[in-house]
Order: sequence, then C-alpha cells, then structure tokens
Amino acid sequence: MGLVARVLEKAGFPTICLTAARSITESVNPPRAAFVDMPLGYTAGRPHEPEFQRDLLRQVFKAAESIDSPGSIVDLDVTWSDDPSWKDKATSGLNNGVNSAEGDSRQPRVNEPQYQYEEDRVAAES
Amino acid sequence: MSQTDPVDYIQRTREQYARLGYEDYRWAEKKESPPWTPIGKPISELNVALVASGGAYTKGQVAFHWEDDTGIRLIPSTEPASDVRVTHFAYDLEPAREDPNIVFPTDRLNELVAEKTIGSLATNSVACMGGIYSTRRAEEELAPLILESISNMPSKPVDLVLLVPV
Repeated sequence: MGLVARVLEKAGFPTICLTAARSITESVNPPRAAFVDMPLGYTAGRPHEPEFQRDLLRQVFKAAESIDSPGSIVDLDVTWSDDPSWKDKATSGLNNGVNSAEGDSRQPRVNEPQYQYEEDRVAAES
Repeated sequence: MSQTDPVDYIQRTREQYARLGYEDYRWAEKKESPPWTPIGKPISELNVALVASGGAYTKGQVAFHWEDDTGIRLIPSTEPASDVRVTHFAYDLEPAREDPNIVFPTDRLNELVAEKTIGSLATNSVACMGGIYSTRRAEEELAPLILESISNMPSKPVDLVLLVPV
C-alpha cells in the first residue's frame, strides 16, 4: 500500500498509510504512516470493539495532521493485549500470532473469484 | 527481539522462506524521499477516501481471485460494513468476516464524520487485494487504477486518502 500511497501523493493527493508491519513500511517509505503494534489482519482494530476502532482512527488522523516531514512513521498508542506473546511466532500469512498455523499457511493462489458466500457468486453471475 | 519491539516481518519472511526452500522475497525498497503533497485544510474539513487492501467486495460484484488480482472494487461508503464481504489468500479471514471494520472501517469512518473529527467520507471506498507478488505489477497495474478512482471520485474531490492494508 505504501507503493500506492507514493503514486497518489505524486499525483497531488495527500495520503496516510495505516500499517501493522513497521519494517515493510520503512522499506517502502510512504509519505505519512501510522503504525499499530497489532497482529496482521487486525489493522483497524479488534472486532466488535467500536470505541477501540474509533480511537485508533482518530489517532491516525492526528498523525496525518502532525507529520510535516516526508517518510515519517508515527507509533500509535494502541495495545493488542497485555500479553505480547503473539509476537513470538507471528509471520505473514495466517500464522499471525493469534493463529498458530505452521509452514506456509497462505491459501493457494487460485485464479477464480473466491466468494465469501455461494449466494454472492449467484448474484455476481446473474 | 524484545516483545516491546515491532515484529520484523521482512526478517520473519526471510527465515520462513529459507525453511520452506523458497527463493528470498525482494521487498520493495524506496530509498529516495517520498513525494509530498501538503494537507491543505484542517482534518475536520477533509473529504477522506478509504483505500483498503483486505479484498473487500459487496454483493453483486465479482469477488477477487487469489492469483495476483490487480483489480479494484468500488464500494459505496454508505454501505454498512456488515454487508461487506472479504476474500484474501494471506490473512485470517474469520475475524474480518465477523466485523469487516477491522480491515474496511467504513462504519467507523462514518461515525467520525458524524462526530466531526473528519469532514466527510468520499462517495466510494476503494477495495483491492493485497499480496501482489510483483512490485512492478502493483505499481504499473494496481496503483493507476486506484489513482483513477480517487481522481474521478463523484460529488466532491478527495482531500486525503487513508490506506489500510492487512
């Protein structure tokens, strides 16, 4: 997404990248970024915790406002849990530290649309 | 690594790929200073557009496929997140399907408009599929499509783009 941010910013649109992967964001070096120290797959918060999610987003916009130097990453004040042990084995893929899948836990890269529900396929094909 | 440090996913991926016998992945690396467009107004006046790479789509749309899908889907920002579906090959979909706001936070952004933290949410939110293996394809195929959708946003020009990866 950092690559997309750079393209948008170059075309005249200010951007802010939310990220849960600080090292990847440092490498891609987007104009503005806000880092959340959370497992992958939960970038915008924990499920069904609307106030947590709103607070996170308010912090993102404050970060966007405060950054005045291109390439800055602001560390947001959000905590996944008091127990940081999810970090021990987290990798990209499904083994994000919340799940404990082993090996390459990603799904095969199939070239057919992957619907959440069969009714979605029916609706899209009709 | 101390548990207070962020997880270094580049290093973890390197170790994982080595264990699996995969070729090392070449992450995009941009050493030159990023482009810069100043945010011209207070945050409370901005028309904000969401771009999210968690593979969201809505009923009636063709879902993303999982082999480097560089397409986008435009989802009306008034669509409740509970009607948003997600599909992706590389993250745990279960929690995001329970509450799509964790990867596609349109409900929360609409609430931030209501409380006047931001000015408005752009007419459409832009969904795409992360995990495009080729940096070149992300830059040459996906990014121009996203730029086109942001440039041609109906009703009101976009003042700030919020990018949410997974």
